[in-house]
Amino acid sequence: MVAIVDYGVGNLFSLKCSLAYIGCDAVITDSPEVLHEADNIILPGVGAFGDAAAKLRSGGLDKAVISEAEAGKPLLGICLGMQLLFDESLEFGVHKGLGLIPGRVVPLEDMPGWNRHLKIPHIGWNPLKITRRSPLLKYVDDGDCVYFVHSYYAADCEKDIIATAEYSGEVTAAVQRGNVFGTQFHPEKSGPVGLGILKAFCEIGGGGQC
Amino acid sequence: MITKRIIPCLDVKNGRVVKGVNFQGLGDVDSPVRLAEFYSEAGADELVFYDITASAEGRRLFTDILCEAASKVFIPLTVGGGINTLDDFDRVLKCGADKVSVNSGAIRNPSLIGEAAVRYGSQCVVLSVDIARVDGNFKVFAKGGRENTGLDAIEWIKRGVESGAGEIVVNSIDTDGVKRGFDLDLLAHVCMAVKVPVIASGGAGSIADFITLFKTLPGVDAGLAASVFHFGEIKIGDLKAAMAREGIPARM
Repeated sequence: MVAIVDYGVGNLFSLKCSLAYIGCDAVITDSPEVLHEADNIILPGVGAFGDAAAKLRSGGLDKAVISEAEAGKPLLGICLGMQLLFDESLEFGVHKGLGLIPGRVVPLEDMPGWNRHLKIPHIGWNPLKITRRSPLLKYVDDGDCVYFVHSYYAADCEKDIIATAEYSGEVTAAVQRGNVFGTQFHPEKSGPVGLGILKAFCEIGGGGQC
Repeated sequence: MITKRIIPCLDVKNGRVVKGVNFQGLGDVDSPVRLAEFYSEAGADELVFYDITASAEGRRLFTDILCEAASKVFIPLTVGGGINTLDDFDRVLKCGADKVSVNSGAIRNPSLIGEAAVRYGSQCVVLSVDIARVDGNFKVFAKGGRENTGLDAIEWIKRGVESGAGEIVVNSIDTDGVKRGFDLDLLAHVCMAVKVPVIASGGAGSIADFITLFKTLPGVDAGLAASVFHFGEIKIGDLKAAMAREGIPARM
């Protein structure tokens, strides 16, 4: 069973539907007990980092997610959920993240050599460049397009990057540090490629069954 | 490199696609869900569901359809038509919409854009504008293009972006239905005025029109059309292949 962490940020309808579509048994939950029972955990999220981090903390869900991840359970952060995995974010002030992956989240325009003609947010389909093989990307080919919507990106995390997308420079698209995974893009909105990523993630935890 | 998006638009009335659609090998189809699946498989990058229903019963049917489509089609979905309040945003976002497009509702109540952007984020708020030339000036039209509001289109779009709109759909009334190409002159003005993604709508008659659009105006992010896709005059796979041949970044 895959637990989708519900901490009052964003819409979980499409994510739940996409997991159902590939045959994964998914529950939306705000209960640390359910997170403990789950084979895998997905941390979703849209909106602002500070607000999301505060909501995650207020229910004590941050501690539950960290302890499950540290115990070795596969965890996937999506979009803002991926950004929350890092140490800190500079979105409207400095906010502390979960600290599961070293690095920090900074505005796209702070990228060295940022091309000022590009639009922010980075919205749309962009091809992935796979930089390191990962079980999360086992059904993905180099150049497959996925759907991005974001204005901030994860920096200083080169060691854990498994895929990038080109937007001015190399934007962190997916990361893996042991059993902790993250995608800046939305797999639940990235067509068959995205469904393949969710399927691969489910297979990491559930012993091959979704 | 971000790809240029191709977006079919489905007009939905009382839960069915208006006029229906006839595809070779698919027959007559008026189910928005089946059509959404078809387009998604064909390579559409995003879909717009436009609700042209007036009744409350029709609205309920529309959200049921939207939920069903969102549970089977995993590409971004934009919903437009009848969006007048934050409750309308809520109603369609809960059913799997990713973006909500406002048009007449924002003209009646311009603060709707800002309120929605604060609650749901700018990436969720699309400002759709129907524009026609009046005495050589671009003017905003309301009520499906029937009523001249007197608003200057470029000023209205700039104001919408300042309020928090994250994307602009430019519907040219002058080129709509003519099938002789997008309104490049109008689109160039919009691209110069704002830095958010711009979606061109109105006038596509052939694959060449999309190629001309993206080659002439690199600032345009997406092309939207309805009937040329519905009646099979343009097949999305052929369009994407032509874009790739012409060096326009496309998701294959």
